[in-house]
Amino acid sequence: MKVNKPAPPSDDKRWRMVDATMRRYNYRPNGLIETLHTIQETFGYLDKPGLQYVARSLSVPYSRTLGVATFYNYFTMKPPGAHTCVVCLGTACYIKGSGDLMTELEQTLGVKAGETTPDGKVSLLAVRCIGSCGLAPAGVVDGQVIPKVTVPQMLTRLKDSAQ
Amino acid sequence: MTPEELEKIAAKEEQARAHIPHTIDVCLGTTCMALQSDKLKTALEQEATRHPVGSKCQVRGVGCPGLCALGPLVTVKPEGDLYKQVKPEDAHDIVNSLGAEPVARLKCDTEQPFFKRQHKIVLENSGSIDPERLEDYIAAGGYTALLKCVTEMTPAEVIDEVVRSGLRGRGGAGFPAGLKWRTVAKAAGPRKFVVCNGDEGDPGAFMDRSVMESDPHRVLEGMAIAAYAVGASEGYLYVRAEYPLAVKRLKQAINQARAHGLLGANIGGTAFTFRVEVRLGAGAFVCGEETALMASIEGKRGNPRPRPPFPAESGLWQLPTLINNVETYANIPTILRQGADWFAGIGTSKSKGTKVFALTGRVHNTGLIEVPMGITLREIIFDIGGGIPDGRVFKAVQTGGPSGGCIPEEYLDMAVDYESLASVGSIMGSGGMIVIDDTSSMVDVAKYFIEFCKSESCGKCVPCRVGTAQMHTLLELIASGEGTRHDLERLEALCDMVKSTSLCGLGQNAPNPVISTLRYFRDEYESRLAG
Repeated sequence: MKVNKPAPPSDDKRWRMVDATMRRYNYRPNGLIETLHTIQETFGYLDKPGLQYVARSLSVPYSRTLGVATFYNYFTMKPPGAHTCVVCLGTACYIKGSGDLMTELEQTLGVKAGETTPDGKVSLLAVRCIGSCGLAPAGVVDGQVIPKVTVPQMLTRLKDSAQ
Repeated sequence: MTPEELEKIAAKEEQARAHIPHTIDVCLGTTCMALQSDKLKTALEQEATRHPVGSKCQVRGVGCPGLCALGPLVTVKPEGDLYKQVKPEDAHDIVNSLGAEPVARLKCDTEQPFFKRQHKIVLENSGSIDPERLEDYIAAGGYTALLKCVTEMTPAEVIDEVVRSGLRGRGGAGFPAGLKWRTVAKAAGPRKFVVCNGDEGDPGAFMDRSVMESDPHRVLEGMAIAAYAVGASEGYLYVRAEYPLAVKRLKQAINQARAHGLLGANIGGTAFTFRVEVRLGAGAFVCGEETALMASIEGKRGNPRPRPPFPAESGLWQLPTLINNVETYANIPTILRQGADWFAGIGTSKSKGTKVFALTGRVHNTGLIEVPMGITLREIIFDIGGGIPDGRVFKAVQTGGPSGGCIPEEYLDMAVDYESLASVGSIMGSGGMIVIDDTSSMVDVAKYFIEFCKSESCGKCVPCRVGTAQMHTLLELIASGEGTRHDLERLEALCDMVKSTSLCGLGQNAPNPVISTLRYFRDEYESRLAG
């Protein structure tokens, strides 16, 4: 029996990329995680209408879709800030003081790890090892890794990329 | 593709290289890329077109030569000079030095123990081939083992070879690889899977990332040989989404191998077919556990399930599944090429071959190393690693990540293998090795790992979900100086309970960092107790 495909949440053309991923998996439930990756890559985060659309398209209950989306740390349900500021809290970085670095950044930016500043400009994130342990402690500002990082360096880099 | 065609490609590649007197290899691994080695490569290419000497050289991007602490790294061939911390401004001098005196100020001593004490099998091509070119891998002898297996050997012979080599799983537990293969080969059913575990979740470990980035075809060849041996025709490579470069290079490698008939249908002109697909992880440490990983490939939450049944009988979609780690597969092509006896001649009586370690923390030469099993920790940390910087004192070395333990100085002269590490309360693990000096408190280190396990617990079983949370609370209390002797006793009791009653490896091993620090550094806990 052919089930009618649900309509995407909006007429945003980016949903075509999401459709392409689901088609690649023949709309089978095992394509769920890959599909969520595509949504996050194209839209920056996951939201309820998007998850409902994927759930219906792949014939996965919404509860399970939401379960998967919230189980994995890589997926976020909050829109990211204009700039992201990431501190690596892997063991090598931690031994070299990235824990203190994070505390200081939290105080300076006035948000906790995982939050975005109220003006929506900066998201502060913690990751569990970016695999660049030779550069510990490592920070990442807008995708650019900063080796052996300090708080002032992070803030300068943030200011630079904001301009 | 037939073995003859493979030889032709290799010969053509040799010939093309003979016309180029000099090559400049720039490391394009994640660590060096973070130090902008891609810009350095562009600068070198521009410089090469500008100078008359430059016309005689080729600039290539290669995988990781290992000494990440001194990146970006550049190797000049055939001179064999290694340059460290190279900046785009240095491009001019490097190109001009070709065929003349090397650039003294950038030179890195390749005679130092860091290079001389290593024994490279898995990393033999890392840093010397371009991971984005199939021809480079073929010229280095790649895919000959696969074609030899499918055209000259029976699956049983391949398995015998792996059994005789004594190779043990490099993911941590050290289960003999050959036995696992044999079990899957014996399992009934026409449809089987081969899965590669590239979900390297241990913080402070990057061995598998580096292998996948620097030599992706080696992993694919190992998987294909395994598939032939166990009778599988489908495979999955499960890689962390946090490793975008590894994912990109693996996908590229799969396409190249498929285009050349080295993956896909009728490999080597035989009936053997093997298709492989990359699946992305999504940031869950528990997915390194094999049953959780398979749930994730099926598109579900990464919850582990009790074993037995083991994946060898009932794995992906309840079908027989062979699951090994990246480094295990990466050993396979060399074992088949050089023979099981050669491999079994390296290492100790029970642990054969070499092990790749990510040496990090408070040590001079942080980076990726491959050493024969049986080497001592002291040799690794003080000879290869160059000792502790800033005149500080060695305190402990942490192996095995959140599932491992801390080893104090008194065991530094112990030979490293699966059994010896377990006997002192740690594990081999996947190969993270973090050196800790006297500036770190061991209570803090234990708290760090428990905090990690607490947040990574999948929540399915109570001992792990609630136990790690309680352990974390107690450790915070002790670390803040408000804990009592009674709290310490409760912590020890909890360690026992979580260890013996958790469902999967994550929970069963979560107390290890606490148990091992309590065993060797109990005074640090006691000095923090109130009253």
